[in-house]
Amino acid sequence: MAKHVNITIDGRSFLVDEGKNLVDVARENGIFIPSLCYFDHIEPPLGTCRTCTCKINGKFGPACTEKVSEGLTVEVNTEELKDSRKALVEMMFAEGNHICPSCEKSGNCDLQHMGYELGISHSRFPHLFKDRVIDYNSQRMVMEHNRCIKCLRCVVEVFTDDGKRVFNYQSRGHETYVGLDYEQEARLTHEQAVNAMNICPTGAIIVRGESISKPFGDRKFDLTSRREDFDEKPKSTKKPGKKTPKVIGTVSLAGCFGCHMSLLDIDTELLDIVKLVSFNKSPLTDFKEFTTRCDIGIIEGGCCNDENVETLRKFRENCDVLVSVGECAIWGGLPSMRNMIPLGECLEEAFLNCVTNETGSNVVPYDVDLPKLLDRVYACSEIVKIDYNIPGCPPDAQHIWKAVKNILWGEEFSVLYSEFKYD
Amino acid sequence: MKKAKMNAGQNGSKQKDDTLKSEDVNTPLNVLAEPPRTQMLNRLWEFQMAKGYISESDISTLAREYDLSVIEVEGVVSFYHFFHRTPAGKFTIYLNNSMTSELKGFRRMLEAFERETGASVGSVDPTGTFGLFLTPCIGLCDQEPAALINFYPFTNLNTLKIRSVITKLKKGVPVSQICDQPDSHIRYTTKKNEGIFFREFKPGDALNKLSRMGPDGIIDVMRDSKLAGRGGAFYPTWMKWQAAAEEENKPRFVLCNADEGEPGTFKDRVLMSEVPETMIEGMIACGYTIGAEFGLIYLRGEYRWLKEKIDKTLDLYREKGFLGRHCGGISDFHFDIRVQMGAGSYVCGEETAMIESLEGNRGEPRTKWFFPVQKGYLQKPTVVNNVETFCAAARIIQIGVKEYNKYGLPKSPGTKLISVSGDCNLPGLYEIEWGMTLKELCDLCEADDPWYIQESGPSGTVLGLEDMNRPIAMFGDMFTQHIRCGGAITIFNKRRDIIQILMNYANFYKSESCGICTPCRAGNFIIQRKLEHLQNGLADADDLEDLKKWSFLIRTTSRCGLGKTANNSLVIALDKFADYFKDHIAPSDKGLNRKFNLEAATHEYESYKD
Ligand SMILES: Cc1cc2nc3c(=O)[nH]c(=O)nc-3n(C[C@H](O)[C@H](O)[C@H](O)COP(=O)(O)O)c2cc1C
Ligand code: SF4
Ligand code: SF4
Ligand code: SF4
Ligand code: FES
Repeated sequence: MAKHVNITIDGRSFLVDEGKNLVDVARENGIFIPSLCYFDHIEPPLGTCRTCTCKINGKFGPACTEKVSEGLTVEVNTEELKDSRKALVEMMFAEGNHICPSCEKSGNCDLQHMGYELGISHSRFPHLFKDRVIDYNSQRMVMEHNRCIKCLRCVVEVFTDDGKRVFNYQSRGHETYVGLDYEQEARLTHEQAVNAMNICPTGAIIVRGESISKPFGDRKFDLTSRREDFDEKPKSTKKPGKKTPKVIGTVSLAGCFGCHMSLLDIDTELLDIVKLVSFNKSPLTDFKEFTTRCDIGIIEGGCCNDENVETLRKFRENCDVLVSVGECAIWGGLPSMRNMIPLGECLEEAFLNCVTNETGSNVVPYDVDLPKLLDRVYACSEIVKIDYNIPGCPPDAQHIWKAVKNILWGEEFSVLYSEFKYD
Repeated sequence: MKKAKMNAGQNGSKQKDDTLKSEDVNTPLNVLAEPPRTQMLNRLWEFQMAKGYISESDISTLAREYDLSVIEVEGVVSFYHFFHRTPAGKFTIYLNNSMTSELKGFRRMLEAFERETGASVGSVDPTGTFGLFLTPCIGLCDQEPAALINFYPFTNLNTLKIRSVITKLKKGVPVSQICDQPDSHIRYTTKKNEGIFFREFKPGDALNKLSRMGPDGIIDVMRDSKLAGRGGAFYPTWMKWQAAAEEENKPRFVLCNADEGEPGTFKDRVLMSEVPETMIEGMIACGYTIGAEFGLIYLRGEYRWLKEKIDKTLDLYREKGFLGRHCGGISDFHFDIRVQMGAGSYVCGEETAMIESLEGNRGEPRTKWFFPVQKGYLQKPTVVNNVETFCAAARIIQIGVKEYNKYGLPKSPGTKLISVSGDCNLPGLYEIEWGMTLKELCDLCEADDPWYIQESGPSGTVLGLEDMNRPIAMFGDMFTQHIRCGGAITIFNKRRDIIQILMNYANFYKSESCGICTPCRAGNFIIQRKLEHLQNGLADADDLEDLKKWSFLIRTTSRCGLGKTANNSLVIALDKFADYFKDHIAPSDKGLNRKFNLEAATHEYESYKD
């Protein structure tokens, strides 16, 4: 029988089995330590993602490579540590090119799930938009390098029957990626291949024809949620008081109007709101210019051309508070799928190489009256200061209005998990 | 679920643990079985040197030999930047792009090489004769600009010299005939006329004393001398040796870290070219103390030109009976050493990454699940020490700890080798006594208007004029805070651009990170992007705050020392030179509109205007 040892986590003492992994010990005692690369059957632990960083005996370190011993003192849930762990997950979103709405793993993805669990509304880091080539060479598998978080799991766990590696890291530094051995991959059984797809915490390994096995609602993380709502209640700078009428401006830049549709999606409640707010410059009113200063500006979409930049700057000048609503405004979203490809290639593919193109009309449109395309799609926060971000693709209507009411009148609110989880 | 247990660290393939049975301990040294895969880097070097690249069939050959998948061999090849997958020219040129090189005319040298060879950087000229590539610090900062051609050194370059070298190569003169012999530039060896590291040493001077001292005696002496890791971490050497000696597992290994990758550092280069005997005897002493049979010197690829000298010295030692069975005449002590060449990777200087590399893997640092003294090379107890540490150990044994302790400060006895480069008249190696102030050192090397001083390379700290009177020491001796110098001082004068310096470092870390952990791989990329922003005049005060916060995050969450220290200089510089940065940030429009370069962003689209 294992020896018992005394350890302290966040000031509470626990009697636990010696030598057990700290992540497991904490979990068994109701303390959640995020982890993306810890799997209790892999030894030594991979220790690659670092999202389990805690303070162990006063020093920063990953919980997953720690065996508990007598007297161990661990800090898990200090504000600093919670923020560090959140930052690491944000970093993964900034490093890869994660377009969840077009991802086969959405709903079954550990990374996406961790984003929700930690209440990530946006990445504090600029998205890197590194150009990565998706590997379609294998007959059966697709390696979607944009989504790999380099957790190492496939490298240490997927072997052919005669013990050969199928995946291995290639290159190093910011160029590191997971390479697939086509010859060995072909020697895997179908079950082994599907298993490789399933053990990947993200949608980086796809087996053709097997990737979308469960419908929306039945996916791995559709029904599981650690808590009803998020602990962090947004603080308000205003004291709740009498609701004075307010003016709102809205705009859709490089977006699809989906966020605007969502904005209207609160049924009859809209009638109450309309009594208290008026819309100035907005596609809802069709005001082309600001006629008065606005209390709040709601921005949908990022900036893909010079006109977007100009409009956004006008909003900044005319609104007290600016809110980015939806992924496109926050970091580029779907339109930013072009960010990994040089602008010239995008234009020429669309206007010159396109099969429906009339021969002889081989020109990329350029006219003084046309907005000029930017080299890539920019997040609104890269152009002007953005005060708040409301995530979603599109964000839930309740989420938008709760946040807006909080900003305008200081109304307390908490966002339900179901309102935050939008995919 | 099935337990996926791995023997050879996380990066090794499923190696069978029967490669080193206990009876190996009694086999003759030359057949001490290192598993075949440990020869991976050597085999790859053979291919690379023979035809200038590693072909697909070479990789298949190795995969067959070691019973691995092709992707695993490719993973190893692609980790090291001296290995090429396409022909890299009959003459492969590596121009150093470190910061010191930038000071000394890197741009002009690059242009000259491009002009003379017809190759543009990162590629091979159309005739396949010259390949032109960049590489960070080649350990010749005291004679920059410098380059390696087929791994032979060429120092103090200028455009005319480049023209003459390339012309001779075109005429068929062998590289070995026209390369330079890098000067050791030992500028100073303590006031007490005879320093420690470069005094006379005859083979056997330390070795002959071992059996009289016995392992415990040696550990005592190491403790009394306060010798601490000269690779930069200053971990007490005696503790490491004792820990390994107390391990039960056998065989044990001695590993000499001759990877010297920290930009600006070249002290180990000078030690190995001047007194390789002391390094070897330090290793033998360690082997004797911990009961090891085998030592390895992991020599960085950039120092290939030193390998012959070290090998010859090893041969001499074997001839004399100072290596091999009954090493140095000690009846039950058998010890031998081999040199392993690295292949271009800074992180392989990290001890566990080095061990992975020796085992024929990608040089990824291990987690702290085990320490090398418990499970190191081939999962056996291994002591890893820096070249200078071994050299000092041999000297302490040679001259006695009493004599050694006469140098330096009571709490930091002995001397320290410091590589000095940058804006000074006398770049080179300085053997100082611990306790010398930064100012004294700057005076000795005739520093030119020092303003920003990089100490211990990019991963060290930044010093300024206010630090001039601080003593350089291992352990605090005075009320003034000491400077713990790992071995390099790089001086920059007032005309230098700090952002350019930091940008050079950021680029270095971005590509030298092993890539295995998120904060270092992605974080250093993000930091580099932000610095680019700053360099382009687009950053504001918030961006500087972000740089500090993100550096803290990377430091506290990275797996190994590379990530933990990569942004030290950045953070310190931001504080120390706050005024400088204030002048370099964009005032944002009431803090609302960011400086955004619309013209640059629409530049590409404008090209479609007929
Ligand atoms: C990224 C990184 C690079 C390193 N490079 C070197 C090196 O080039 N030479 C060296 O001796 N130690 C280097 N070290 C330190 C080694 O990990 C190790 O601490 C040292 O070799 C131990 O020897 P010592 O105790 O004699 O200093 C490096 C560490 C890190 C984290
Ligand atoms: S891998 Fe996960 S986080 Fe990435 S795009 Fe797919 S679902 Fe989203
Ligand atoms: S492909 Fe998947 S399992 Fe493999 S390293 Fe990337 S994220 Fe991890
Ligand atoms: S800190 Fe950097 S070099 Fe070290 S293990 Fe992590 S990625 Fe590799
Ligand atoms: S879970 Fe600990 S490092 Fe990934």
